[in-house]
Amino acid sequence: MAKVRGAIVVDVERCKGCEICIGSCPTDVLRMSVDVNGKGYHYAYMENPEACTGCVNCATVCPDTVITVYRIKVPS
Amino acid sequence: MAELRIEDIIKPENIVFKKTKLFTDKPLSYCPGCGHGVVHRLVLEVIEEMGIEAETIGIAPVGCSVLAYEFMNIDMVQAPHGRAPALATGIKRIHTEKFVFTYQGDGDLAAIGTAETIHACNRGENIAIIFINNGIYGMTGGQMAPTTLPGMQSSTSPYGRDVETMGHPMKITELVSNLPGTRFVARHAVHTPALVRKTKKAIRKAFENQKENKGLSFVEVVSNCNSGWKMSPVESNKWLAENMLPFYELGTLKDE
Amino acid sequence: MGELRLMKGNEAIAEGFIRAGVDAYYGYPITPQSEVMEYLMLEQPEKKTGMVVLQAESELAAINMVYGAACTGKKAVTSSSSPGISLMQEGFSYIAGSEVPAVVLNVARGGPGLGDIQPAQSDYFQSVKGGGHGDYRQIVLAPSSVQEMYDFVSIAFDLAYKYRIMVLILSDGAIGQMMEKVVLGDQIPRMTNQEIKDKYDSWAITGRTPGREHNVITSLDLDQENLERHNHHLQAKYREIVEKEVVFEEYAIEDAEYLMIAYGTSARICHKAVQLGREKGIKVGLFRPITLWPFPDKRIKELSNQVKGILSVEMSAGQMIEDIMLAVESKIKVEHFGRYGGVVHSPEEVVIALETKIIGG
Repeated sequence: MAKVRGAIVVDVERCKGCEICIGSCPTDVLRMSVDVNGKGYHYAYMENPEACTGCVNCATVCPDTVITVYRIKVPS
Repeated sequence: MAELRIEDIIKPENIVFKKTKLFTDKPLSYCPGCGHGVVHRLVLEVIEEMGIEAETIGIAPVGCSVLAYEFMNIDMVQAPHGRAPALATGIKRIHTEKFVFTYQGDGDLAAIGTAETIHACNRGENIAIIFINNGIYGMTGGQMAPTTLPGMQSSTSPYGRDVETMGHPMKITELVSNLPGTRFVARHAVHTPALVRKTKKAIRKAFENQKENKGLSFVEVVSNCNSGWKMSPVESNKWLAENMLPFYELGTLKDE
Repeated sequence: MGELRLMKGNEAIAEGFIRAGVDAYYGYPITPQSEVMEYLMLEQPEKKTGMVVLQAESELAAINMVYGAACTGKKAVTSSSSPGISLMQEGFSYIAGSEVPAVVLNVARGGPGLGDIQPAQSDYFQSVKGGGHGDYRQIVLAPSSVQEMYDFVSIAFDLAYKYRIMVLILSDGAIGQMMEKVVLGDQIPRMTNQEIKDKYDSWAITGRTPGREHNVITSLDLDQENLERHNHHLQAKYREIVEKEVVFEEYAIEDAEYLMIAYGTSARICHKAVQLGREKGIKVGLFRPITLWPFPDKRIKELSNQVKGILSVEMSAGQMIEDIMLAVESKIKVEHFGRYGGVVHSPEEVVIALETKIIGG
C-alpha cells in the first residue's frame, strides 16, 4: 500500500497569525513561529513535517489563503 | 529507501491546493482569522472551476466586505448600504445570460436592506445571494446587528442584547425560505475544514442554479468576528460553535 | 415627418423611453406620474425592443436597479414624483460619485412632505444644487410641453453617456398630465451587448473580458488625497458641462425692457403673460432656461444690461431666483412671483406681479 506524504508552503508575509490552521491539522504538524513577519505576525510553519499527509485541511480553513499544499504517494 | 526530503515533495507537479488565480494580488483587509476570507475564496474557486469569470458580475455591500472588489478579480460594483439585491435585479434582468451574485453582511442584508432582500427573493430573481452572518456590525466597530444573539454584548448593547427593548435576533434565512421565489436556501459555516467543503458545495449550487434559471439561491454563512466579539480567532470559532450554531442551525432549508 | 399622436406628457415620455432604445425602466407608482409605468406595462416593449420594465418595491430599490443596470453600460431610466425623488437621492449621489450614465424623470408635485398631487416647481433646489450628499451635480432638463417630454429623452441619454452623469428631466404634474399632439421619431435600436463592450469596455462591468483587468464601479475611496483628486476630476467635468451644454429659449426679447424668467409649466404661463403685458404696452420678454443646471447665467447677465428688471416666475416660494440674482450681480431689480403648494398662477396674476413688483416697485 502506498503511503501519502505531504508538505505545505506558507506565504509568510501574508500570514496573519490567526492560528486557525493549527487546530485543523489532524496530524499535529503545525506550530506558530517565534519570529514575526514584516507585519509583526507570528506565522504558521511545519514543526513536524514528516507527519504531514497533504490533507489540505489547513489551507481549507485559512482565511487568507496563504497555504499551498503538496502531496505525493510514496511506495511503502 | 532513502529518507524523503521536503524538497522532493514541494514540486509544482505535486500541488494539491493553491490559491485561486481569481484573487487579485492585494492582501485581504480583514482581521486575522475572519471568515470573510474563506468565503471570498470559495466564491472565487467556484467561479474559476465553472469557468465563468468573464460572465460573472459581483456586487459588494457596505460593511467589512465593502472592499470585496479589491480582492476579487472579476467585474464588480459596490452598492449603497443594503441595496445590493436591487442592483443585482437591475443587472440580471437585462443580462439574463450573466451570473450575478451579491455578497452581503448581516447589517446590510437583514437590517437596512431588508426590503431589497425580501423583494428580490420574493420575485425569484435568478441570482445568488451570499450572506455572511457574524452577529455584529464589524466595519463600524462592533455595534449590535439584527442577528446579535440575546444577551450578546456589542458596543451598542454593552450590557447584552435585551430582547425586551432591543428586539429579537432575526432569522432572515428562515424568513426568505418561506417565499415562493427562493429555490435554494441554506445555512453553512466555515470554521472547520468539513464545514468549509459543505459551504463550497452550496455556493456552487447557487451559481449552477442560475444556469438553469431556477430563481433565487440564498446561502448564509455563519461566521466569526473575533475583533467585534473581542476574542482570539480560535476562541471566536469555539464561541461560534457553542453559541451561534444552536440558534442559527446549519443545513439546507430549501432545495427545489 | 414622424408619426403624430395625441398623448399625455407621461405617456409621451414613456413612448420616448421605448423609441430611444432604452434597455430598462425600473419604477414605483406615485401620482402624478404613474401613467409612465402603466403605459410601458401596457405597451410591452420587451416584445418590441427587448426593453425590460419592472415595478420595484420602492423608489429606493428602483434607483438602485437603475444604478446596477447603468453600471453595465445599459440605458436605464426611472421616473417618480417629488416624495419618491427624495427617496432616490441616495442613488443619485452614488451615480454621481461612481460616474455612470442614467436618466431620471421627476414629474414634480406640491410639497414639502407628502404635499399634494398638483403641479409644483418646488424641487428646483433639490434638482440643481444636489439633493444627496457630497459635491456633485446632475444635468437638469426642464421640458415645457408634451413634445419636449418626448424629445428630451434622447437628448438626456446623449448627455448622460457623453459625460457619464445622471440627467434629471424635471417636469411637473401639469406637463405630465396634459394632452397635446406629439410628433414621434423613429425607433432607435437598443445597443447590442457587443456594441456596449466595444464602446464602454474601459469602465462598464460586463464581465471581465479576457485580457483586461477587472472593471470596478465604486464611489468609495478611503484615501482622502485620492478622493480629493476624484472630486477635482468631477469638478473639471462639471465646468466643461457649464461651458458647453447650456440651453435656453427666448421670446420677445429684442426690444424688452423687462424680463420674465421661467421654466416648464411656468414658462408656458409666462408666454401668455408676455402677450398680455405687451397688449398693455409693457415691453416685456420671456427667457426660458431649458437646462436648469447648467444654468444660463452668462446670457442672463448679458440681458441684465438690456432690461430694467427681472421677474422670476416659479411655482415655488422662490428658488430659481437665487441663481438669477447671482447671475445679475445686483445690477438690476430681481423679484420673485409664483403660486405654490400645487397652485398654478394665471397669466393675469403674473402681469400684475410684473407691474407691482418690478415696474411700479
